[in-house]
Amino acid sequence: MTISIRSVEKTFGRYPALNSVSLEIADGELLALLGPSGSGKTTLLRVIAGLEFPDNGQVLYGDQDMTYAGAAERRVGFVFQQYALFRHMTVAKNVAFGLDVRKGAAKPSKSEITQRVDELLRLVELGELGKRYPAQLSGGQRQRVALARALAVNPSVLLLDEPFGALDATVRKSLRKELRRIHDATGVTTIFVTHDQEEALELADRVAILNQGVIEQVGTPQEIHDNPVGAFVAGFVGESNRLEGEVKAGRFRIGDLQFDASGAVDGPAVAYVRPHELVLSQGGGEGTFGLVANHIAPQGAVARIDGTTAGGLRLEAAFARQAVADLRPGARLDLSVGRAYVFPA
Amino acid sequence: MGLTLALLSLIVLIPLSAVGLKASEQSASEFLHAAFNERALTAYRLSFGAALIAAAINGVFGLLTAWALVRYQFPFKSLVNGIIDLPFALPTAVAGIALATLYAPNGWIGALLVPAGIKVAYTPLGVIVALTFIGLPFVVRTLEPVMRDLASDVEEAAASLGATRFDTIARVILPALAPAWLTGFALAFARAVGEYGSVIFIAGNMPYKSEIAPLLIIIELEQYDYAGAATIAVVMLSVSFLMLFVINAIQAWARRLAA
Repeated sequence: MTISIRSVEKTFGRYPALNSVSLEIADGELLALLGPSGSGKTTLLRVIAGLEFPDNGQVLYGDQDMTYAGAAERRVGFVFQQYALFRHMTVAKNVAFGLDVRKGAAKPSKSEITQRVDELLRLVELGELGKRYPAQLSGGQRQRVALARALAVNPSVLLLDEPFGALDATVRKSLRKELRRIHDATGVTTIFVTHDQEEALELADRVAILNQGVIEQVGTPQEIHDNPVGAFVAGFVGESNRLEGEVKAGRFRIGDLQFDASGAVDGPAVAYVRPHELVLSQGGGEGTFGLVANHIAPQGAVARIDGTTAGGLRLEAAFARQAVADLRPGARLDLSVGRAYVFPA
Repeated sequence: MGLTLALLSLIVLIPLSAVGLKASEQSASEFLHAAFNERALTAYRLSFGAALIAAAINGVFGLLTAWALVRYQFPFKSLVNGIIDLPFALPTAVAGIALATLYAPNGWIGALLVPAGIKVAYTPLGVIVALTFIGLPFVVRTLEPVMRDLASDVEEAAASLGATRFDTIARVILPALAPAWLTGFALAFARAVGEYGSVIFIAGNMPYKSEIAPLLIIIELEQYDYAGAATIAVVMLSVSFLMLFVINAIQAWARRLAA
């Protein structure tokens, strides 16, 4: 199901939660809504679900206007951060709920429901646990039940609100892969909210970045990471050194540091430089500066270096381990800036 | 552990066993007569029957009251919240006198009911009114924390799965509240069975008609029939113990689901 959000606005009291948000979600897509807390991402998800209604704007499912339709009418599957399982029902009853409450001819027969529940529990790898109660399950298992319950009604879209937020790191990682697998197996259009950029970049086909009720950028994880369109995205996604300086004649300058900023207008500016975009430069020449390594931390194939320039700027750099194998704290590196994102301040 | 048990015995078990001892001073036939004569049976019937009806009324209205307090904002909410506890705090005799005055045939409410042919004061109906009055906070206060816990996302989950509002209430909300609701009901019932002060003023205390079992104990005591009083006490004690046992079983069941 394609979903179109057109100029949606939503205010809570005097605080605008969504400010003219437009977004197209393609059929079968896995989209992440990423942003800091208070950015409006959960509100947007709830507006899409029909749990919250916008003050202005439209929500379309296919070409049908669903702006003021309730959640049930939209046939959404919603997964809550705190699972929201019915704790007086067994796992199987929980999963069957959406089918059980159907009326008349729309209600599948008992054996059809049982079959569907079995199928879903197998899909989320809880085949044996149908007779348990939610209280007898771990957090990760409960979230799988919630997922199966949401999928039981064959939703036109699956919506997940911080689905892994209440889980510990290892469970979160494995459940992430699981969600990708389930999405690929069912092909259902899926939108999930997260404040964890690693989760969004790893899992989603496309990521929408929200900040203060506005969508800053929508794109594939690679586009978001490599071509941030604004200072917020550059600072929020991935790691970077934030530098406040000035652009003059196509070069960004701050203290003893200067590098190419072609295309940027002259004036005060902010530059974001990713640690791995600080490159070793033997030649000297323009743009080369010295960095004294204060701390060196190995991390997989990469060594992360905390350092200070002669002008007192603190920078973080990352190199391949073998490139700086002999480096000791206190040593000086000659560096230049390979690539920077420069925005007017 | 030892200290708690010692205290428990001192405060609870010794007086209770004294009641048993006193009752066992009589022969079996004397005991049976004292326990199950016509007047005593009527009193038990009134005490337990009125308590059951009062608890049922409180079960319904307590549920609604608790829901309103948890889910809605309204003017003077904290005042209402305080008034709920009043039956806890009010000396029961005060409540009894107030109720008796209100519901007497010449009282504010009683006068309105006379034309309809309804007599409240000095009838079993009066007993039910008094027991309802003192039982309400038990249901409300037992349900409130559970309702607060029942996150609204559970309701949203049910709605998103296509449940109607009625389905959501009947299949999700009420079953989740059931253990706490039963506990509140049982507590209100237990309290109503033992209630004395607030009842005697409005009940009229006519033997075979509006005489409650606790009052019968007092009457026996006033006639220096300690064994007879203890006998009725033993019967009530047994029933009360049975009820508390059931309450605990319900709570254990609720805890298992909530864990």
